Amino acid sequence: MSFAWTIIAMVVVLAIAWRFLGAYMAAVFSGRARWLRFAERPIYRLIGVNPESEQSWRHYATSLIIFSAAALSVTYLIFRLQGVLPFNPQHLPAVSPALAWNTSVSFVTNTNWQAYSGETTMSYLSQMGSLAVQNFASAAAGIAVAVALIRGFARKGAKSIGNFWVDLVRGTIYILLPIAFVAAIVFMAQGALQTLAGPVHIHDALNGVSQLIPRGPVASQEAIKQLGTNGGGYFNANGADPFENPTGLTNFLSIVLILCIPVGLTYTFGAMVGSVRQGAAILGVMAILFGGWLAIASVSEHQANPAVAAAGMTHQPTGNMEGKEVRFGDTSSALYATASTQTSTGSVNSAEDSYTPMGGFAVLTGMMLGEVSPGGVGSGLYTILLFAIITVFIGGLMVGRTPEYLGKKIQAREVKLAALGVLVMPIVALILTAIAVSVHAGRIGPLNAGPHAFSEILYDFTSVTNNNGSAFAGLSVNTPFYNVIETFGLLLGRFAIMVPVLALAGALAAKKTVAASAGSFRTDQPMFVGLLVGVVLIVGALTFFPAVSLGPIVEQLSHGKFF
Amino acid sequence: MLRNLRPAVGICAVFFVLLGLAYPATETAIGQGFFSHQANGSLTAYGSTLVGQKWTSPRWFVGRPDADNPMATGGTNLGPRSKVLVKDVAAQIAQLRKDGITPTPDLVTTSGSGVDPDIAPVDAYAQVRAVARARGLPVAVVTRLVKAQIHQPEFGFLGASYINVLQLNEALARLR
Repeated sequence: MSFAWTIIAMVVVLAIAWRFLGAYMAAVFSGRARWLRFAERPIYRLIGVNPESEQSWRHYATSLIIFSAAALSVTYLIFRLQGVLPFNPQHLPAVSPALAWNTSVSFVTNTNWQAYSGETTMSYLSQMGSLAVQNFASAAAGIAVAVALIRGFARKGAKSIGNFWVDLVRGTIYILLPIAFVAAIVFMAQGALQTLAGPVHIHDALNGVSQLIPRGPVASQEAIKQLGTNGGGYFNANGADPFENPTGLTNFLSIVLILCIPVGLTYTFGAMVGSVRQGAAILGVMAILFGGWLAIASVSEHQANPAVAAAGMTHQPTGNMEGKEVRFGDTSSALYATASTQTSTGSVNSAEDSYTPMGGFAVLTGMMLGEVSPGGVGSGLYTILLFAIITVFIGGLMVGRTPEYLGKKIQAREVKLAALGVLVMPIVALILTAIAVSVHAGRIGPLNAGPHAFSEILYDFTSVTNNNGSAFAGLSVNTPFYNVIETFGLLLGRFAIMVPVLALAGALAAKKTVAASAGSFRTDQPMFVGLLVGVVLIVGALTFFPAVSLGPIVEQLSHGKFF
Repeated sequence: MLRNLRPAVGICAVFFVLLGLAYPATETAIGQGFFSHQANGSLTAYGSTLVGQKWTSPRWFVGRPDADNPMATGGTNLGPRSKVLVKDVAAQIAQLRKDGITPTPDLVTTSGSGVDPDIAPVDAYAQVRAVARARGLPVAVVTRLVKAQIHQPEFGFLGASYINVLQLNEALARLR
């Protein structure tokens, strides 16, 4: 019952975010929101950018890539130099080159894959100045690309799609920073750490236990980690650690923070293309997929854990509690995991490796759909719009008409770019998985045996290529092999999708609009919603079904067998 | 290419100062000013209420069978069809039986954090008899103590009811 109330509360809060945060974001990216002009102007002056100037898609993409390269360099340098830099009360040495490379790439691509254990690897400066800064920057870059694509649809006969630097700055200071600032205070009030003092020794006279308690500026990072759909934890246990996610309230807040911008961006999209109904149709698709996967995950996790049952604990009324926290329980954990894997977040409040076979199936395949329901900040919207273009193309083939979307003729170039953007992820994820299972360095990674070992590897590359960052964490990934090979998935999964998206934005912006006629396929109707859901599911199923069969599905079917 | 270099380097510097230093510093000031107990680790005289500890049955209420090492957090990551998990759970069930506690799911499984500081009310009730006998206390007194320690879900529906094991054992110690 309380789970039903949690869902209702979430829907209400997200509906408010959709309407108002969505409208606010439209105002921010149309230049109508100006309340932070006093902070914005000096930044443009300092970096030498004229905020009134605009860029072609090529310049926009170049700026994005050069910015990402610069951010990557700074992040990497801080990791490597943390031993001699301030804010290092634990006197941690430099992060090893392979791990520093993996982590920098992972944070710059909004993935936040955790090959590191925060509590014993990262100094406070690395946490604040590298990880948290990229939590903001990579999120703002993702939103910028989505907004550029929206402008492509909204503009007619235009040569430019906006200014990357302006979008980056505005997304950060108008949207991410104010929300994160307030959310961090709630996290602190509930029990999240926020101090620059070092770890503290405790001794319990009652039981003789001594512990070294790690500390740090956790709440400030937690807020943006969720809001920016980043997901990299301050500590190894991520959102399961009580210092990061202390109560049921912070757990709920985390879920809402994860979902609010991706959901709100569908309103922003509708508002900027001049028809909120178009955004609502996209939101409908996201909600149908999210609801379906939430049902699979929460029902599965409410079942008994087969291994725990086999050990003699057959009655598990609170569901599969292996790897879950008592204060959250089974279904709230499943909701968090669904929100985290259907966006590009990848933060976890429970050990997904210990989920029931079908619970593991839900979190794994949630990513395999391309993270479009609602997807990462920015990336969710631009990816689902690629699927939308393919959908109108297929719809056009059925009736033999040149497809249109939002008044733009969808021609060969647009369909090619959309197909490229959609296919990069599955191709890269599957090839990297195949490489890892073929070589010794890859096969020694898994902790578990049997089909679950394959699931751990498949999950890894699905996660990095989708820029998700969650893991079947039994896999030992802090090795040179995994640290390096993963970065191919990270970079291709980010930029090999973003660049086609920007090219698409440029191509669309240059087009004139065509007036809708009686024969036009309406894209704000249930027919389109159904077709788009179908296309997302069919593309995901066709590409990943064989791989998933070898992992979670065979695991589910091997009743009574243990590995 | 080159004309992007100045904005790229400039924005990295601005973000480092604004988001990497000023933002966490301001939050730290707020945390230390208004929520200093929580922001510093929710410490009591006996430890942190947010980090589980090893307790020995039956003199104390035990928590979940986690490693309880806050410097190496995380779950066991054993899969749902793991032989190792079957073995670990079976051993934990046997241990609880030996201590006179009826095993419950939370008391035989490990958490996601590896430092879960809480147990469900049912896990505490399962231990009441053993604790009462070991301490020579009436069962009704210990039951009342457990009841008083139950944290309800926030707003009645967010998360699950739980009992903080450290707070429960601190209250138990105060009984004498």
